[in-house]
Amino acid sequence: MIHAIEFQNVSKKFNNAGYNAVDHVNLNINEGEFITILGSSGCGKTTLLKLINRLYEADEGKIMLFGEDVETVDVIKVRRRIGYVIQQVGLFPHMSIADNIATVPRLLKWDQEKINARVDELLSLTGLAPDKFRNRYPDQLSGGQQQRVGLARALAVNPKIMLLDEPFGAVDSIIRLKLQDELLQIHGGLKKTFLFVTHDIEEAFKMGTRVIIMNEGKIIQFDTPENIIKAPEDTFVDSLIESARQKEQFWGRFL
Amino acid sequence: MTTYFIKYHDKLLSALLEHLEIVFICLLFSLLLASLLTVLCMYSTLLSKVLINLFSVIYSVPSLAMFAMLIPLTGLGKVTAIIVLTAYNQYLLLNTFVTGLNEVDKSVVDAATGMGMTRMQVLTKIRLPLSKGSLFAGLRLATVSTIGIAAIAATINAGGLGSILFDGLRTMNVNKILWGSILSSGLAIAANALLGFAERKIVIRKNAKNL
Repeated sequence: MIHAIEFQNVSKKFNNAGYNAVDHVNLNINEGEFITILGSSGCGKTTLLKLINRLYEADEGKIMLFGEDVETVDVIKVRRRIGYVIQQVGLFPHMSIADNIATVPRLLKWDQEKINARVDELLSLTGLAPDKFRNRYPDQLSGGQQQRVGLARALAVNPKIMLLDEPFGAVDSIIRLKLQDELLQIHGGLKKTFLFVTHDIEEAFKMGTRVIIMNEGKIIQFDTPENIIKAPEDTFVDSLIESARQKEQFWGRFL
Repeated sequence: MTTYFIKYHDKLLSALLEHLEIVFICLLFSLLLASLLTVLCMYSTLLSKVLINLFSVIYSVPSLAMFAMLIPLTGLGKVTAIIVLTAYNQYLLLNTFVTGLNEVDKSVVDAATGMGMTRMQVLTKIRLPLSKGSLFAGLRLATVSTIGIAAIAATINAGGLGSILFDGLRTMNVNKILWGSILSSGLAIAANALLGFAERKIVIRKNAKNL
């Protein structure tokens, strides 16, 4: 069976570090899964993500997307085929919302009519009224709205794989819950493979059909949320679950 | 002073035009060369460090010494002046251009790269429009500096307003000194104001459109 994403013994070391940021990772992800990658900062989760769209190049091992080695495909083509969302959003401040969303379609030379239709479709999909937002600029939008645009921009050419690097890390908790639910809905409707990096255990367990737990560049456990809770692999996973439990107890005192 | 102007206004005018000609040619060459070097620098941080350091060394050589060093190679006159001025401008332009382009928000550049823009597309579609302010600042700096140093180039027979000024100094002619200084500084001030006006028009247009 061909996997949407496959890591074969992949390692990545940064120039002056004495350790591997990603350490001999093996991984199989099926098409249509919503995978969350959970770990504390510096555990290599962002690096793992950036190896897929080759913002970082692996030192060792192979990464296959739908059976195709990413090294053998032109890097620009690989990136245009993959949706990419980052925490800081990175909207282009000098371009209107419509132009931001149209970035990759323009790079792929779609005709203007098709682009306009797609922009409106994506704005609606991400919960932004096209007539109201099409011609605005990023600095006129709230943080949550900007992240919606970031998501719409990443979905523009209907990529089969979406990489999301802590996309809701900078929005307040109310908006965050709303965006989480909407993202799950979008995922369910589109049948794409999502890879979602987070350091928030609740977010990871809520969103993921399966959860990857990383520590020091290694995958500690990769399973469904239920199985991880039932059988934590080691003390690190234990401590993560324990932190969630403590949080629940804390809120239990008030609610 | 006014009588001097009435009597010699054609001479003053031709010196002014000659000055403008030198400045214009210099800026044209400077911009072409600096643009090319800037693009190269965006592909290699090592090269950008080497070039900026090299031009900063050149820039720190006094203009008179620089003219003198080049005379054996390119002789007296405009050519030598233009070479020296263009070399000086490389420091001013390259430094502001490269700094400006690199100061663009990293997350914006990351997003653009991650979405599959080539380095050149990131440069032209993202970095360039977002650093218009610095690019203009560099151009203004280079223009004003070129107008000033071009006056000194009169010492090597490059002509322009400097020749009136230096003539005046040599013959202790106050009228010539005054008109030479007024016109060359006036030119620098006017050019600076004009570019400032253009800068406001171009750089601030986007925000105006938003309102």
